[in-house]
Amino acid sequence: MLYFLSLFAVLFGFWLLLSGLWDHGLLLGLGLISSAFVAWIGTRLERPGGDGFEPGMLLRLPRYLGWLLVAIVQANIDVVRRIWDPVAHPISPVTGRLPASQRTRLGKTLYANSITLTPGTVAIEVSDADVLVHALSREAFDDLAGGEMERRVLALECGAGHPAGHRDGEAQG
Amino acid sequence: MDLLLPPLFPDLLLDLLSMALLIGGVFLGISGAVGVIRFPDFYTRVHAAGVTDTLSAGMILAGLMLQAGFTLVTVKLAFILLFLWLTSPVASHALARAATHTGAKPVTATSGEPSSSN
Amino acid sequence: MFAATAIGILVVMALALARAFLGPTICDRILAVNMFGTKTVLLIAVYGFLTGRPDFLDIAITYALINFIGVIAVLKFVEGLADSERQPRPDEF
Repeated sequence: MLYFLSLFAVLFGFWLLLSGLWDHGLLLGLGLISSAFVAWIGTRLERPGGDGFEPGMLLRLPRYLGWLLVAIVQANIDVVRRIWDPVAHPISPVTGRLPASQRTRLGKTLYANSITLTPGTVAIEVSDADVLVHALSREAFDDLAGGEMERRVLALECGAGHPAGHRDGEAQG
Repeated sequence: MDLLLPPLFPDLLLDLLSMALLIGGVFLGISGAVGVIRFPDFYTRVHAAGVTDTLSAGMILAGLMLQAGFTLVTVKLAFILLFLWLTSPVASHALARAATHTGAKPVTATSGEPSSSN
Repeated sequence: MFAATAIGILVVMALALARAFLGPTICDRILAVNMFGTKTVLLIAVYGFLTGRPDFLDIAITYALINFIGVIAVLKFVEGLADSERQPRPDEF
């Protein structure tokens, strides 16, 4: 039900955003009907509860996004340097597996998405225990292997007080 | 905007900032495109395309947002940016995965040591 | 200013198109098309400002949605094709 309501709210907000006419009764009514219909289809498609979402994550999200934005800017500068000045900054592509200690599917998805969103590293394959990463340079790979992003996603997932790397056998969705 | 910050942000300064963002975004876009042309194999080209998808798009849209001010237009631009940043890693990941399925090997890659147990 | 931005984006699109023609693998071409689509979204947005018609932003949003879904659909197809080619073919139907 929570899933239905939140999906409905997001969809109706999207409708309002796109239409821009907020005092037109017919359009608002049509928006309500179609949002409710699509949200109902959504509850039939998805199995909510298996992905590990908890509301506290929303509070911790802005801090992580701020850090991620800085990381994205730095990674962009690095890749642009390697494009324009290949002599001073040569590329040295690396593939390798890195551990993904996040406990839920949502956490792993966030981690893999963050890896891919920063230019210079791409997550190719995601499994339960690790991520197969292709990096443009050895430096970018080592930077990722240092584990700061992994720790931050884990903190986003479990709260800052959670001991990082604490992997007990919680069932994967 | 004008009521809140008249002396600090006159229109000229806003225009200059927006112009800087647009120029930076176009520069990053061209850089990424040059990288896509120049890099040796598919997997490295994904990284170059990532530059045009993330910061280039972000800077161009941010420059447009400064021009639009606090209006519905800015909200729509922010939504485009949010959507691009949500979908571009998914598309990149799907591309890389499809490439491994077609059997393309990252030819120039040296294999990284698995940095821990697995 | 918007005109210069639009021209810059067109240059990027031309380079992406060159990669789409050069290939060599199908994934290179899809990568280029995806990049072309992203730049098209930006171009539509900039063009809306250039002509003073903010309605264009709705088209840009729609284009972003369609571009993403289209790329994912083509990739699914390519992935399935590659997997089925690796399997032994059925002798006859």
